[in-house]
Amino acid sequence: MFLLLPFDSLIVNLLGISLTVLFTLLLVFIIVPAIFGVSFGIRKLYMKTLLKIFAWATLRMERGAKEKNHQLYKPYTNGIIAKDPTSLEEEIKEIRRSGSSKALDNTPEFELSDIFYFCRKGMETIMDDEVTKRFSAEELESWNLLSRTNYNFQYISLRLTVLWGLGVLVRYCFLLPLRIALAFTGISLLVVGTTMVGYLPNGRFKEFLSKHVHLMCYRICVRALTAIITYHDRENRPRNGGICVANHTSPIDVIILASDGYYAMVGQVHGGLMGVIQRAMVKACPHVWFERSEVKDRHLVAKRLTEHVQDKSKLPILIFPEGTCINNTSVMMFKKGSFEIGATVYPVAIKYDPQFGDAFWNSSKYGMVTYLLRMMTSWAIVCSVWYLPPMTRETDEDAVQFANRVKSAIARQGGLVDLLWFFWGFEQCGPVI
Amino acid sequence: MGSRGSHAARIPDGDSIRRETGFSQASLLRLYHRFRALDRNKKGYLSRMDLQQIGALAVNPLGCGVGNLRVDFPGFVRVLAHFRPVDDEDPGMRDPKEPEPLNSRMNKLRFAFQLYDLDRDGKISRHEMLQVLRLMVGVQVTEEQLESIADRTVQEADEDGDGAVSFLEFAKSLEKMDIEQKMSIRILK
Repeated sequence: MFLLLPFDSLIVNLLGISLTVLFTLLLVFIIVPAIFGVSFGIRKLYMKTLLKIFAWATLRMERGAKEKNHQLYKPYTNGIIAKDPTSLEEEIKEIRRSGSSKALDNTPEFELSDIFYFCRKGMETIMDDEVTKRFSAEELESWNLLSRTNYNFQYISLRLTVLWGLGVLVRYCFLLPLRIALAFTGISLLVVGTTMVGYLPNGRFKEFLSKHVHLMCYRICVRALTAIITYHDRENRPRNGGICVANHTSPIDVIILASDGYYAMVGQVHGGLMGVIQRAMVKACPHVWFERSEVKDRHLVAKRLTEHVQDKSKLPILIFPEGTCINNTSVMMFKKGSFEIGATVYPVAIKYDPQFGDAFWNSSKYGMVTYLLRMMTSWAIVCSVWYLPPMTRETDEDAVQFANRVKSAIARQGGLVDLLWFFWGFEQCGPVI
Repeated sequence: MGSRGSHAARIPDGDSIRRETGFSQASLLRLYHRFRALDRNKKGYLSRMDLQQIGALAVNPLGCGVGNLRVDFPGFVRVLAHFRPVDDEDPGMRDPKEPEPLNSRMNKLRFAFQLYDLDRDGKISRHEMLQVLRLMVGVQVTEEQLESIADRTVQEADEDGDGAVSFLEFAKSLEKMDIEQKMSIRILK
């Protein structure tokens, strides 16, 4: 027992030193680039390395399964349906040719028959898509070593189980503390920074500082999630006097969008940590926070939004999402309000790649903290953001029609159109429970 | 994981679904596996969320008024049954008392018509045409162009001049179309 004592202090010292080194590296490689908006490409490199490891793991799994004569993949990996590899234009031309006797050289832009191509393609996607075809949800988890339960690994070799265990170790003991430290840094910098900026007199310098404090903190949070984001069409980014409407309702979307632009948030006032953050942020620049009682008053919501939007010096609005529609009505109120007030709407489509981490938030199953923890223990979050051209409400259009138009644009960009055919078809011809 | 048993008995109401939709045992089993794969939480029905996962995209419920859409397996198969390739049997052999199979030419046309006819009033109005057009033609086309395309399409198909396209007018304008082939999805053996 006594022999352990000198070793103990050595171990403690080593631990202390390595932690210090670790956090210094963290500072240099992550926080400093975040401040300046520069990227070293570390995350992309990380992604490539992960892909190589997963590919190796898959080979091992296949070999192991063959040895043991188990069926590894679902029985229909070659696809459930026969797909024709024709392009959109070819297919539509053929459909029109078969249906009409008109001259072919004046092909109009649209025919009634075009719907057949689209709805068939939609149904094909429902029946058979690239990712789900190859794996079921559980198997995808084993493939990317992200399984959250143990029972999937009965058929796999010892080596792979070790690798999976190593993956868990890396994710929970190395990446998670790192990410939590980063998140903590980001949030505290946000609160402290905005409070300090709030003491300055109003003017260009205050605005400049406020913008950079916000951007810096969101960038740190992006790195805290290891989010690898690709932005498209950045020239369409929202401008002052506009409203940014995105298609997702996870809190991560706010971080993703706000790290690439300077927005004024709209949302309900919360207590606790969120409330502290909200109160601090509003000191530096005018965000729009509503009390719980005010949210129910539609006219008040519309009035405050209009006031904000008409002031050209104020920032574009970003509606802060708090959950899915089912358990949250204030978000719906803000969204309805934003289409009614007649401001320019900047639609944004966000699409997540599920390979490295599932960003889907089932808000009836997980609370926000659980959700964020799940995000932070995934390998990475990969997504693409498309900024669509701005839209304004036409004179003969009401708010609902305008909302539908924006929704269509986002759906089209995000590749959601396929699903809409199924929904409509189901509603029209199938019963609802 | 591992080998699954391939009994149709595992599908609840498998026999009645087969009779109603005309899918073969093997096809039905494939669709059932697909349904189970999409139904992540094993609820027994597909919600909006499950279907949206396919594109790894969750839609912001801007238009939450679609309601609590719940697609159970019979409903799932019923919709997909419209896309079954037309049977080769001689139409004279079919028992006239039996309802028309879901994948007949008429039913396929009706399905496509209902995709356009959003408010289910039996007519495709110019407004409905415009909404569907927006999804198909895309953001590159301006609103004026979309409106003129919608106007032209409705006018061409409209025969009785009521400004809307009824099902019969729709069917007539597509009578030369090889619908059986264009709206069919072959399930691999």
